[in-house]
Amino acid sequence: MSILVDSNTRLIVQGITGREGSFHTQQMLEYGTKIVAGVTPGKGGEKVEEVPVYNTVKEAVRDTAANTSIIYVPARFAPEAIYEAADAGIKLIVCITEGIPTLDMVKACYYLKLKGSRLIGPNSAGVISPGKTKVGIMPGSIHKEGNLGIVSRSGTLTYEVVYNLTKGNFGQSTCVSIGGDPVIGSSFIDILELFEKDPQTKAIVLIGEIGGTDEEEAAKFIHLEMKKPVVALVAGKTAPPGKRMGHAGAIVSGGTGTAEEKIRTFQKFSISVAESPLQVVDLVSPILNEGG
Amino acid sequence: MKIYEFQAHEIFSKMGIPSPRGEVAKTPEKVKQIAEKLGRPVAVKAQVLVGGRGKAGGIKLASNPEEAYKVAEKILNFRLKGVLVKRVLVQEALSIKEEYYSGVTIDRAQKRVVVMVSPSGGVDIEEVARTNPQKIFKLYVDPLLGFKSYEANELALALTKDKNLVKGIAKILSGLYRSFEEMDSSLAEINPLVITEEGSLFALDAKIIFDDNALYRHPKIIGLRDLDVEDPLEVRAKEARISYVRLEGNIGCIVNGAGLAMATMDLVKHYGAEPANFLDVGGGASSEQVGKALDIVLSDDKVKAVLVNIFGGITRCDIVAEGLIQAISKREMNLPLVIRLTGTNEEEGRKKLENEKGIFLAATMDEAAKKAMEVVKR
Repeated sequence: MSILVDSNTRLIVQGITGREGSFHTQQMLEYGTKIVAGVTPGKGGEKVEEVPVYNTVKEAVRDTAANTSIIYVPARFAPEAIYEAADAGIKLIVCITEGIPTLDMVKACYYLKLKGSRLIGPNSAGVISPGKTKVGIMPGSIHKEGNLGIVSRSGTLTYEVVYNLTKGNFGQSTCVSIGGDPVIGSSFIDILELFEKDPQTKAIVLIGEIGGTDEEEAAKFIHLEMKKPVVALVAGKTAPPGKRMGHAGAIVSGGTGTAEEKIRTFQKFSISVAESPLQVVDLVSPILNEGG
Repeated sequence: MKIYEFQAHEIFSKMGIPSPRGEVAKTPEKVKQIAEKLGRPVAVKAQVLVGGRGKAGGIKLASNPEEAYKVAEKILNFRLKGVLVKRVLVQEALSIKEEYYSGVTIDRAQKRVVVMVSPSGGVDIEEVARTNPQKIFKLYVDPLLGFKSYEANELALALTKDKNLVKGIAKILSGLYRSFEEMDSSLAEINPLVITEEGSLFALDAKIIFDDNALYRHPKIIGLRDLDVEDPLEVRAKEARISYVRLEGNIGCIVNGAGLAMATMDLVKHYGAEPANFLDVGGGASSEQVGKALDIVLSDDKVKAVLVNIFGGITRCDIVAEGLIQAISKREMNLPLVIRLTGTNEEEGRKKLENEKGIFLAATMDEAAKKAMEVVKR
């Protein structure tokens, strides 16, 4: 199994002719992802890495039976790209674009709910089910198929953790980067719910950071609704209050959303919290070795 | 992006929200003139972009123009929470009967815009939210229809039953929502919203924070930015598309990715040292970007050692290493440099850096943080 994406994923790349879009199309193809079409308005009929380019998502879906879309469109056009994918009936949309205005995402998330489409991101590194398919910008080579589910708000910090896990021989079922923005399509809980039901996933690593209360909500959910063990890591203990640390979502204001508060909440519900990316491996190791 | 209180008052007044009469001054003489013109007791308020200025002594009352002059002397050109006060807002002092709170922001968990009011304004609203959440009334706005006028009425009725006031408060709330929605704000707040003894409503304070990601569609707002008070290094970094925040420690950090950068800082602290900054060079970690990042970090006098932590993913470590060597060779490096490269082709990357002078190589993040601590303590 695995969650969200697998060998049945038939992917459309929105913004395929752009620099990012074409580069990662090649990277994803190399990993074995089934990319069935690309979309760039006005460039229909062209080809990128042998992938046919369409003017609209609707046409692409009609011709290729695509079921998933990944978006590399610049921030000011990305909300439209999300709407277009949803209106064409795409049920899983992964948005890599960073820098989308928050109010645009408030509207987009609401609309997607009406349409019954799931959004990962924006400002996400994507989703990978190692050994099956890669829908994102993460380096495929650091992953290994296995039974750890990873869910994270960050990009490179996730790679760091995954890299250490793979070196320690702990493979992954699926790694989901939910994105670092204040308003995102899928929260920790949405992904944890899927991991809980996935037979391949035996344990989960959750990587959070300062800002918002998504980690606190996740801690409660893990405590009440989950049987599978979860190991957490929270970045930003040294972040000063009120300062932005790159991610728009990582704002600490007035004592809520601090790393300390998140760590305390995890600990309150007996969820183990790693001090560093490397320590994640030490905490995962007894869980998986014991459970077989 | 934050703006000054007086700028926020100007925006609010265009949205039909009344503010006390007042003007901005840069000198005590001008403060005195404004006080004379207002002909009433005044409040002299430091215009700074940091919160909690009242408690820090940045707001003072004066009963006559002479006193206003003296008070202004004690605020202007002094540092308030580390920030130099260049301007004050001189406002007529009001006789206050009630202080309410009103604000519009985004509730991340609900993924909605939320309009909030509370009868307990004027104090730390976060404290009220923690200890007395039933005293905060929230309304989640429909993303497609916006804030409806009956909803504004309902919130106003939660604050007062006085018929003469409900209409005025509802109008203010609608204006507050418009200034939030039309200008892509992340916060629009009036705290306190006051009722005077005479029964009039005023926004005594005004606060707006804009969403940086939406500034491209609001060129007028960009013009309100005050570059003088921003950290010059932070401005330089922004121009180079590098996320940089200056902190108090002495270990300069250069990392790719915001999450990894924060985790690196956390480890520096864990091993007993203090990070001098947060710095995210961005995804690719090209030679040019790393070079610019080095320039910025080295411009901070506090820095005693530099810690570079790069995860080479799609950009392989050997390429990153070559870029680093190039960036270093172009610069005069007098400080110890701890480098930790990991990811694809890390062995090749490390081999390239092994023979470079003044570089300490570390295999793990923990080792790098420990090493950085050792070299500064030495």
